[in-house]
Formats: sequence, C-alpha cells, structure tokens
Amino acid sequence: MTSKSPDELSRVRYEPPPQDWLDPSVDFTARKGSWSYPGSAKSLTALGLPNPRAWSPADADWKLPENWEEIIREGFRERLGKYRSLRLFLDTCVRCGACADKCHFYIGSGDPKNMPVLRAELVRSVYRYEFTLAGRLLGALAGARPLTVDVLKEWYYYFYQCTECRRCSVFCPHGIDTAELTMLVRELLNLVGLNVNWVTEPAANCDRFGNHLGIPPHTFKENVDFLCDELQEATGVRVHPSFARKGAEFLFIVPSADYFAEPGIYTFMGYLLLFEQIGLDYTLSPYASEGGNFGLFSSHDLMKRLNAKMYAEAERLGVRSLIGGECGHMWRVINQYMGTMNGPADFLEVPVSPVTRTRFDAAASTKMVHICEFTADLLHHDKLKLDPSRNDARRVTFHDSCNPARAMGLLEEPRAVLRAACRNVFEMPENTIREQTFCCGSGAGLGNDENMEMRLRGGLPRASAVKFVRERHGVNTLACICAIDRAALSSLMEYWVPGVDVAGVHELLGNALVMAGEKPRTTDLRGRPLAPEGGGVDA
Amino acid sequence: MVSWARSPVPFRIPTTCGQQRSLPWIRSARFDNPSTGAGAAVRVFLEVVAFRSLFRNTRADLKPGGRIVYGSDKLLWAGALAFHASLLAILLRHARFLFEPVPAFVSAIQSVDGFLSVGVPGLYASDVVFVAAASYLLGRRLLDPRLRYLSLPADFLPLFLLLGIAASGLLLRHGVRSDLVSLKAFVLSLLEFRPRIPAAVAPLVALHLLLVSSLAALLPFSKLMHLAAPFLSPTRNLPNDSRARRHVNPWNPEVKVHTYAEWEDDFRDKLKAAGLPLEKESP
Repeated sequence: MTSKSPDELSRVRYEPPPQDWLDPSVDFTARKGSWSYPGSAKSLTALGLPNPRAWSPADADWKLPENWEEIIREGFRERLGKYRSLRLFLDTCVRCGACADKCHFYIGSGDPKNMPVLRAELVRSVYRYEFTLAGRLLGALAGARPLTVDVLKEWYYYFYQCTECRRCSVFCPHGIDTAELTMLVRELLNLVGLNVNWVTEPAANCDRFGNHLGIPPHTFKENVDFLCDELQEATGVRVHPSFARKGAEFLFIVPSADYFAEPGIYTFMGYLLLFEQIGLDYTLSPYASEGGNFGLFSSHDLMKRLNAKMYAEAERLGVRSLIGGECGHMWRVINQYMGTMNGPADFLEVPVSPVTRTRFDAAASTKMVHICEFTADLLHHDKLKLDPSRNDARRVTFHDSCNPARAMGLLEEPRAVLRAACRNVFEMPENTIREQTFCCGSGAGLGNDENMEMRLRGGLPRASAVKFVRERHGVNTLACICAIDRAALSSLMEYWVPGVDVAGVHELLGNALVMAGEKPRTTDLRGRPLAPEGGGVDA
Repeated sequence: MVSWARSPVPFRIPTTCGQQRSLPWIRSARFDNPSTGAGAAVRVFLEVVAFRSLFRNTRADLKPGGRIVYGSDKLLWAGALAFHASLLAILLRHARFLFEPVPAFVSAIQSVDGFLSVGVPGLYASDVVFVAAASYLLGRRLLDPRLRYLSLPADFLPLFLLLGIAASGLLLRHGVRSDLVSLKAFVLSLLEFRPRIPAAVAPLVALHLLLVSSLAALLPFSKLMHLAAPFLSPTRNLPNDSRARRHVNPWNPEVKVHTYAEWEDDFRDKLKAAGLPLEKESP
C-alpha cells in the first residue's frame, strides 16, 4: 500500500506554502504515490486517441505534439462555445472559499491547490490570459498567466486528482461544479495525449470486449456459471440467468467488477437470487457487459461511444426495457447523459415491474430502472419474504456513492432495501451522508495502485465517519451501491478502519431473501457461518 | 452576460441535493432535487434571495488520530446575505436622487431603514449593517491564511471601493453637510443628457461620485458580474428529469461505435464454443 502509517498520513498541514499559487511547478518525482501512470500507447491507439507514445510524468520531456499550444487553445475556444457551464464556471467565481474544506482531497492532503476554488483557478488563470482583455493586460495582477508546459503538467497533476464527486458544488452559492471543469480540462489534456492508463485501458477494453476488465464473452459466461454453482452450494437453489436471449422482457446490465472479483461477486449473487425468486424474464449480454463508463472520465465523445452499446443491444435483442445494477458513475451517465446522447429509445417501453405492475415513470424516457428502485418497490408491496436475522452478524452503515447521491438523488431506495434486509443499520454523521457524502477517493479513474497515497488521503473523511460509527455502534459492514466503492473502500477500510467489510446492498438482500425450495442456510453468500440465533440484535 | 445566456447547455447536469422523485411512496425533495421546472424555479429563487447553498456551509476540522469534526459555519452565509441585502437597500434609497418626485417605495424604505432613530439626521440601519458586513468579508480575506492565499487583487478592490463609498457617504450625511438639492439637480440634468455643472462641488461629494463611477466602470470586467450565476447555472436552474423527459443537445456529435456485428466477428469462434447465440454463423 504505502509505507506511511495511518498516524503519519493523518497529520495534515494546512498552512499554505510560501510560493504564490500562480507558480505551476510540480515535482512529480517527490510526489510519487499521488499521481497515475499515463495511458499506454496501445490503449490510445485502440481508441484512436491522439499522440500515443511511451512517457512518464516523472520525465522532463512529455513528448507533446509540436503545436500543442495551438491544439489546447483551439480546443478551449471550441468548448467555450459549446458548454455554457464552462464559460459560466470560469467567469462567475467570487473566491468566497465556501468550497475549500468540502473536498476530500484537500481535507486529506492540505494541498491548497486541492481546494476546489484553486483547482478551478488553475484553468481560470489561463482562460483569463488567453481569452480576456483584462487578463492579457494585467497578467498576474488579474490572476492571469500564460499557457506553458509547466501549467499543462500542473493540470495533469491536479485534474487527475479530482474524482468528479461534486461535493463542492453542493455548497457553492453559484452552483459551480468542479466535476464539469475537470471533465472539460481532461478533454483538453486528452487532445495532446495526456491521459491516465487506468482510464484509457478500461475504456479500450470496453470498446473492444464490451467491458472494462477485458473479459471475453466465453469467460463472461463461465464467470456467471461459476457464481450460479456457488449459489447452489450456499442456498440449494439453482438460478437460471440467460445470455443474449432475444425477446426477454428486461436486459440487465451491471458493472463488470460484479462478475469478476470479490466483493462485487456477492452483490451479483444477490441479484441472481432475487430475479430467480420473482421469476423475472431477463437476460445478460456479453456485448453490453459493462454498466460503468470510463468514457465519463475521459471525454464526452468517448462516454457516448461506450454508452451507445446499451441501447444498441437492447434494440437488437428486442427487450422491453432495461434494469441497471449497483454502480455509481454508471448512474450519472444513465440519468444525466444517456437519453441526450444516445436516445430517444423509442423502441423500448417504460419499465413496469412484472410483479407489482408499478410503472417506473421517473424512467419514462430512458427506459432504464435502477435495481434499488425495482427492489424497493417489491419490498414496499410486500412481495419478498426476508429473514433479516441471517444478517445479524453484520452491523451495517450505508455509504452514499457520490453520483447516485449528487447526480440523481437515489437516497431512500437503497436504504429501504437495506433496512428490510438487516436489523442493525446505523447512519454515519449527517455531514458525511446523502448529498453531503464523501467520496471513496478513488473514483473518476484514479483507483490505481501507484496513486495509493493520494487515494488513502482522499478517503480519510469517509474513513473517519466509518470509524465514528464503528466505535459508537460496533459497525463492521460498510454497505454501498457502487462497484468502484466496493473495490476502493475495501483497501481504504483495511488501512484506516480495519475490521470493516464492504458489501453491496443486494448482497445483504441475497443473504436475507427466503427462496422457494432453499435448504436451511448455515452460511451467508460469502460462505461465512451465520450469527447464532438471537445473537447480535440491539433491543 | 448575453454570451452566457446564449451558449448552449448540452447536458442536464443539476447537482441533486436531496431525494429524487421516483416511487410514489418516497417523499422527494421538491426544491433541492426538483423534478419540474417550477421546482427548479423555486430552487433558483431560494438561491438568489436566501443563499440556500451557502446556508449549508460547514467547517471541517481534522483532530489528532484522523478524526474529522464538522461544525456548522453560518457566519459566511449571514455576512454575505447582510452585505447584499443592505447594499440593495442603500441602492434603492439612493433612487431619491434620480427621480422627482421621489417614488413612494423609496420613502417607505427610507422610513423603515431609519427605524433606529439615532442622531440627527437619523442613522440608517442598512448603513451600519453594510459597513459591518463588508468589514467582515474584508477581514476574513485578510486574516484567514487560506483565503488570503487564494484571494486576488480583484477580490479586494471592490471591497475597498465599496467601503470607501460607504465612508464618504456616511460622512456626507452625518459629518460634512452638503448641498443635496443642487446635487440632485445636477444628477437629474445628467440623466437628461443636458448636464448643468453646479458652481461648486464639495470635495467629499466629488470623491463619493468618483468612487461610485470607478465601481460602475469595473462592473463588466470583474467578478461583480457574479449576480447572473445562480440564474444561469445548469447545476441549479434545471430539473432533475432527464430520465423522464429527454434533454436535447443541439450539437450532439456522431461517434464511432464498435458495433455488435463487428464484435461478433471478433469473437465468433469463442461465442460458438461457449454455446452463446450468434446472429451469423460465419462472417
């Protein structure tokens, strides 16, 4: 992980450095552990992105194209005309500082350029110099500075040190959203070949294979079959998912981590049990086998490209509507971009629950319903039999994932499922949940190992809140509805709050769900023995 | 401002600050996560008149052992609101120099504002509040090391100007008496584009007017234009309804997608071997 101890890492200095923030120099060698490796030439070539080459941020020469200044300037100009958000967010900040201590990376690192206001000033200063008269004439006095290689390097460092979580935008009196600026600056960086491999490689995989992890179709089927065997062992019930079956009622799409590795696979097992129990007519597709979208972390065009497969496959298979699994940024794309980019999905119908006949009108245009909405509706109509005592060994708290919370507002649905499935649920402090939730520190393509120190720093606020409920209520399980969370929070807990497992909401539902024809359950879906009867419940 | 309003909003990107409207039995946050245009309008209204987002402001303190404590921090909200509201009251009061006869609402504001009834001429509450709030905003920029680090000269200049205007204005009212009748005649003549220069202008009046004109000249070039932001920001002025109603991007670009047919060509043998269904048995 990192050689630094939690004690050392949590001693953060907040005093600003002596040099002015307009100074762009970043010592990449000294700051190893807080940046990501660049996109490989192979992945850039596969995606047709500019300037594929071998390079490292620690090198002096980043091998930029000769006319890089012109490319950035023109790209900037083009986007100023296309996105009101960009121009507005660059023009209207008053530097009131309300956002400063709202960023998990600032709280965990003390680096003033991680204050959202200064992160934005890094690009605002260039905007002023290149595109406004006052900036051109007054220079540093107006907070303006020219575009230089060092500025570009600084952008690379700090805009790949923002997880696009949007917490700062909740507090901004002008509604400035740093995630929007980060997305657009990353687009500019991409134009000259400055990417992060943890974004470009999954994106290239997704483009070719259908999922970020590069799992080919036969392995996809093998993985799912394997999980069906595991389920049979745990529950005595054989589940029957189908693959690319034409005419199914629903196409079900999950983030690929859910059928690849722990702990996501247990969430996937929960979905399978649920669908078997209610007899849902659904199918999985190896072509559209990715719910997540790393295009979101690269450019709007790449996002559209990867997202297009969902509707294309739904149309090819002739399904009626779509259900999506537990994933964070996937739902930002579905809620705020999919219909606009790849709609209208006129060939689909508004999703209707075949069990309760509830019409999901909130998804009337995109025709895609979130699994938590779907399950919460089943539970509200009392259509599932649950034995929550099977989760009694778990003392659970719920982590709102950034995007479902701040780009959708999916707050009560997962809680409804969780409270039905578990008897010991405790909320973290109110400044750290719901729309004020803290990021895991590893989203937006930054969840790689080489960036571990910065991930742990960024994860400190989340970990601190978990530690609080662990000490107060003995919490041992952190439930969430995001695949990146399931992976990232596991490492985060191991480092900051040992003894806390990370679980998907549908894993816990799967534990509690009473299946027709099941054998007496002695273990949970992870194969761990259940709590002894009557134990582990608060009066 | 026109260029902001004219530039397209390709995507619907509200920052949702509460429960979405999804299932009928779950109560949604109508204004913090609006599902209708009317809800979004209320959200913008609350943002403009009550600084609702700033009202959420907290302060995060890192304690030894990595414990983080969050305290409510409403002082910035109170200071900002007091600053803007008193500035508005003062501007409206000054309308008496621009109209003959003085409109009724201006006199009304004047009498409410003078409720303190301290001194002759009466001290206006808005003046007191304004000077206090502006001093607070200036003070935090100077004293808080974090804010001092990120502040630009452009952040201090308007505050200095405003405080200078307030000081000279207060002196004009409560200190040096000046001939307001001829001043008003001068201002009215300016508005008619037939300026009649008064014989003599008190230096303090001249200073007051000079500072006001400097501020006005700065307006279009500075952060003073921020007043348009809450009305135009796509994170605030749009309902979170893009799953229910399609939002159209005027320049939605064509992109190259790896199609199903291409994908099946890539993996046909594997698909066949795994018993997965195919569209075509051979390329």
